[in-house]
Amino acid sequence: MDHGEKRLMDKNQESLFVRLIPFFERYGILLLILIMIAVLHLLQPDVFLSWRNVTNIFKQVSWQSMLALGVFMVIVTAGIDLSVGSIIMLSLMGLAIASKAGMPWYVVMLVAPAIGFLCGMFNGIGITLLRMPHPFIMTLGTLYIFRGIGNLISGGVPITGFAEQIRVIGNGKIKLDVFFGEGAREYIPTSLILMIVIFFIFWVFLNHTRIGKWIYAIGGNPGAARAAGINVDRILIVVYTLCGFLAGIGGLILAGRTNSAYPNAGLQSELDAIAAVIIGGASFFGGRGTVLGVFAGVMIMGILRNGLNLMNVSVFWQQVLIGSIIILAVYIDVLRRQLATRT
Amino acid sequence: MSDNLVLEAKSVSKFFGTITALQNVDLHLNKGEVLGVVGDNGAGKSTLMKVLSGLYKPSEGSLFFDQEKVTLNSPRDSQNLGLEMVYQDLALAGNLPIGDNIFLGREPTRKVGPFNFLDHKKRKQLTEEHLSKLKINVKSADQKVEELSGGQRQAVAIARATAFNAKIVLMDEPTAALAVKEVGKVLDLILNLKKLGVSVIVISHRMDDIFTVCDRVMALFQGTNFAESELKNTSRDEVIGWIMGKKD
Repeated sequence: MDHGEKRLMDKNQESLFVRLIPFFERYGILLLILIMIAVLHLLQPDVFLSWRNVTNIFKQVSWQSMLALGVFMVIVTAGIDLSVGSIIMLSLMGLAIASKAGMPWYVVMLVAPAIGFLCGMFNGIGITLLRMPHPFIMTLGTLYIFRGIGNLISGGVPITGFAEQIRVIGNGKIKLDVFFGEGAREYIPTSLILMIVIFFIFWVFLNHTRIGKWIYAIGGNPGAARAAGINVDRILIVVYTLCGFLAGIGGLILAGRTNSAYPNAGLQSELDAIAAVIIGGASFFGGRGTVLGVFAGVMIMGILRNGLNLMNVSVFWQQVLIGSIIILAVYIDVLRRQLATRT
Repeated sequence: MSDNLVLEAKSVSKFFGTITALQNVDLHLNKGEVLGVVGDNGAGKSTLMKVLSGLYKPSEGSLFFDQEKVTLNSPRDSQNLGLEMVYQDLALAGNLPIGDNIFLGREPTRKVGPFNFLDHKKRKQLTEEHLSKLKINVKSADQKVEELSGGQRQAVAIARATAFNAKIVLMDEPTAALAVKEVGKVLDLILNLKKLGVSVIVISHRMDDIFTVCDRVMALFQGTNFAESELKNTSRDEVIGWIMGKKD
């Protein structure tokens, strides 16, 4: 084999490798989930893939995924929202108080998303109109403010017991008697359906509407967005408002799941949301990431926690593991980008 | 000549407090003409461009588009009159594909029920048509801008400026940040625009640029008109002299 021929073959091999990069870029994370499922199934063959456990995972991630989806949009604009954990608590408390005051269930149900909407809008207005130097500062402030208000209106004590209609969102079951026979225990959680619908809507919003495109453009280069005549401040207010709204939906789901509003609801869940977004492949510097990636990130966190619980691994080890996975996921991303620019 | 006049500035002055950036500057541009504007740093070239594009309001003097007097309140106004500015920092979003950048803020959409959705197919088709009209070669319209070379990015910025039938394009140092082998492609692109009947104003420090693409060159010195000539009646040495404020 002469030299020229060898070089040609190297080039062919490289191009095959290069062609695989976008494939891994797009689906690598789903592969990771499949591996996790396979490993956990081998370790816990009777339990992990049981109907009961799988629905449990989905019920757990459904409210967390709302936070992650909202924070994802914010991160795409190169921003951050630290207040979503407090928004979920405030909207939950608002819902509980409305419920306790005897309002009809359909009003109570609207209270949580409405509070989330207003909180998010408050963040957005603060970041743009008050010209806060960075969203970190505004939302760090509202992280304290919203939880403080939540405790003020509830007196800092839990409020329990909601109407059945409200609980349906977070705790409802769609029976599968049709498939499994009369009285079967298999069911699909309502919150799973809600999660899928909302993720689909936001996927359409981000990928197939002009505002969605502009959200990515702002994350890529806000100057370019402005030069293109896009009202960047208005779009940012929309993004933070939607993020708060989704946290409010999360509050509604949590209300159904726990049947209670409690002072520590959503505590530190903003960090879980950020972790899921980063594990899902979004860039912290904005402009990059997909809705499917967020979903995958949320699932990885959920499956990991569930699997470790099943194997009786201590919560402290779970913290160490999740932290390591965040760093590992981002490091793989760094390596991948190096490979991509090398070619 | 007068029928061909697309843009004219008459005794434009611009003051910033006590500083005089421009003093009674005249400029005119014909259809399909490439005008070079030269001058030392601080001579007022960029200020003049910003006045023409509507970013600054002139303190004195007036502007004429197609021989009609206009008042520009923002770059939007000049865009509506068919004038586009290619910014020196390019103003592209690197994370988005070429087509998305060209149509950013003006995306083609299609209606589905009450909603407007992006028309990805149409955008791709318009992008490919426009790129081939300008003879810009890229692998695909879906390539991300951050994967392009400096020259290709400059070409995308110019494509963006001309995607909506611009009649006048202003370019501030279009070759300043480019590798030598890419400069030629951008200059070819400017000549292409000229062939398509677009008028271009190029600010440049590089005599090679000026003498490759321009029909006429004008020099500003300390905020005033200093000299002007058809390109064929002047020389590099003379133009360099103008930049330094020397005239025979």
